[in-house]
Amino acid sequence: MALNPKKHEMPTQEPSVRSCNFNEVALGYTEEIAIAEANRCLNCKTKPCVAGCPVNIDIPDFITKIKEHNFEGAYESIAKSSSLPAVCGRVCPQENQCESKCTMGIKFEPVGIGRLERFVADWHNENTTNLPKKPDSNGKRVAVVGSGPSGLTCAGDLAKKGYEVTVFEALHTAGGVLVYGIPEFRLPKSIVAKEVETLKALGVKIETNVVIGKTLTVDELFDMGFEAVFIGSGAGLPNFMGIKGESLKGVYSANEFLTRSNLMKAYIDSPNTPIMKGGNVAVVGGGNVAMDAARTALRLGADKVYIVYRRSMEELPARKEEVEHAIEEGIDFKLLCNPVEILGYENSENPRDSKNGFVTGIKCIRMELGEPDERGRRRPVPVENSEFVLDVDTVIMSIGTSPNPLIKSTTDGLEVNSRGGIVVSEDGLTSRNAVYAGGDAVTGAATVISAMGAGKTAATAIDRYLSK
Amino acid sequence: MYKILTKKVLNPTVIQMEIEAPLVANKARAGQFIILRVDGEGERIPLTVAGVDKSRGAVKIIFQVVGATTEKLKHKAEGDFIEDFVGPLGRPTETDGIKKVCIIGGGVGCAIAMPVAKEFAALGADVTSIIGFRNKELVILEDEFKSCSKRAFLVTDDGSYGEKGNVCMPLGRLLQSGEKFDMIIAIGPLVMMKFVVEAARPYNIPVTVSMNPIMIDGTGMCGGCRLTLNQNGKMVTKFACVDGPDFDGYQVDFDEAMSRGRMYAEFERHAYTDTCNLFGKEVE
Repeated sequence: MALNPKKHEMPTQEPSVRSCNFNEVALGYTEEIAIAEANRCLNCKTKPCVAGCPVNIDIPDFITKIKEHNFEGAYESIAKSSSLPAVCGRVCPQENQCESKCTMGIKFEPVGIGRLERFVADWHNENTTNLPKKPDSNGKRVAVVGSGPSGLTCAGDLAKKGYEVTVFEALHTAGGVLVYGIPEFRLPKSIVAKEVETLKALGVKIETNVVIGKTLTVDELFDMGFEAVFIGSGAGLPNFMGIKGESLKGVYSANEFLTRSNLMKAYIDSPNTPIMKGGNVAVVGGGNVAMDAARTALRLGADKVYIVYRRSMEELPARKEEVEHAIEEGIDFKLLCNPVEILGYENSENPRDSKNGFVTGIKCIRMELGEPDERGRRRPVPVENSEFVLDVDTVIMSIGTSPNPLIKSTTDGLEVNSRGGIVVSEDGLTSRNAVYAGGDAVTGAATVISAMGAGKTAATAIDRYLSK
Repeated sequence: MYKILTKKVLNPTVIQMEIEAPLVANKARAGQFIILRVDGEGERIPLTVAGVDKSRGAVKIIFQVVGATTEKLKHKAEGDFIEDFVGPLGRPTETDGIKKVCIIGGGVGCAIAMPVAKEFAALGADVTSIIGFRNKELVILEDEFKSCSKRAFLVTDDGSYGEKGNVCMPLGRLLQSGEKFDMIIAIGPLVMMKFVVEAARPYNIPVTVSMNPIMIDGTGMCGGCRLTLNQNGKMVTKFACVDGPDFDGYQVDFDEAMSRGRMYAEFERHAYTDTCNLFGKEVE
């Protein structure tokens, strides 16, 4: 049988249909497609894909099990390395990781590893009801701060080794960015909840409504009998551009807009948390979060949604698949444009006019690419006298975050770098004994899988430290 | 779930509750706040801590019924539970080096001002309190303020109780007569705090104000609570949840804060009406 040079297409909802609902965009492989895609794997001896995976899943092994119709076996193979397979299969940038190393990819399209991982995890969730058993306890207690991807991974890995793990979450629901940030249409919340249930079955305790740095400090966790602490508190305060008009009504950070929609469920018809809906929306920024915000705004009923990004499509940092989906759904990319001012309504005759202070537009200037900067990206330079106004009602700033100050300011001896990120060794150890950290709290805004990789590394190091 | 230990109606629209939350009670200090959700579908609302009883693990909150969530909370009874209660959030009120202080509370803001006044009294500071209400019916915490203040003033807008006028009137008289305070702390409606700042400005007396903007997570993640400070001509964005809620009154852009506070006015009115209909109550 000749090898199919292309990946099997992922079935998706039609763009015109999905842009009006919050259901998942990608529908997942069927068993037939999954087996056909698995058969594209050459099962090469060198396994370059495994090295490309931040959590080192034995990719050829689980793909072989799919070929053999042994889907549960494939799940067990993945679960050995990953605590959140259904999540990773959906949100990992596989094109830069495992799939970028695939031998098939040298001549053809690489094997759709991410799509296969998702298939296996979904098959398991649909067909298996038995939860894993809590391993025998080794009696050692570890505290994990934050229930996002790094914290859940660290907790899961340690629980599997017999540690008594408690995860402290500041919000009212576990999942971190997986529940407040990534929208339902890309990662259904039921899937996150299912992964959290699996961890609980392994014995992980989750304490919501506890803000480490406020309700309890890191030092108090040790006083309470925890022998090691992992900090996975995530990214912090949203950045703004510092331009005029950013405090007008209708200007959001992407964090706020997505939190209102996702965590506070403003996307559901009768929510208790308000959000600006409809009208025209400009999202400033070009990352995955910007794509999520733009596509959420569209689904909330916006007439027109713009992405305003100061570089060109080539430099746009979001995943290719997300950008393609956004374009298909009708998001208008205003590339090589930079906002200079947000304009607001002001009725000078009537200060009580209820429209006063609401956004009416965003003034942008055209940019061109100049010399490459230190990271090799060509620096955008404004084109003189090229300002223009987009008429919009909502502006969403999606230009990154700065690390949260709460833990740093209440933990003596915890070293941070100039950007406020926690300084760690290769093992994830901070400047404090027995305190480890990983994820965005260390790196600043990055991906779910890199946070999971950091959680995994720290779990290994914590195990080594506590086994001494 | 968090148990409502006690409930007391302070005036027709203001209610006091003690919530069982030992971890919060252990840490909370005057000026800090908590965030609660009444039920699993509810919004998160910030409320300032009005006092704690560590021995019972109780945190006191005082709230005015102004919208859908506070209306739902009002209908909870002693022994009932609320879904979420997290804190203490924000920074405590700065007390270092302040020997003589004037605490000004307006309306339900008095609930926040009261523990601050008590804390200063406990530290041995000379406390003057000025509290203001719309009318006699709305007066709360009068005795509590009296008991911790060297001098206590009470004003009502309509003169139905105490002196007729607003909080700036006794303050103006004190300042005019040469009274010197190390600090004036004003907690109440934005417009009141703005005018307290103006009253104090000619006398160069520092004013701390307590900001209570729209907030979601309260931990420095969403940025919804941002406000603009004018620091020597430089406009700086700050976040009430982690940098506040107390700020230097001379730096705060009150007009912007008032405008931002009305962002969801329309939505909130509808939500309140719906909730009132649910409880069969007339919307005030």
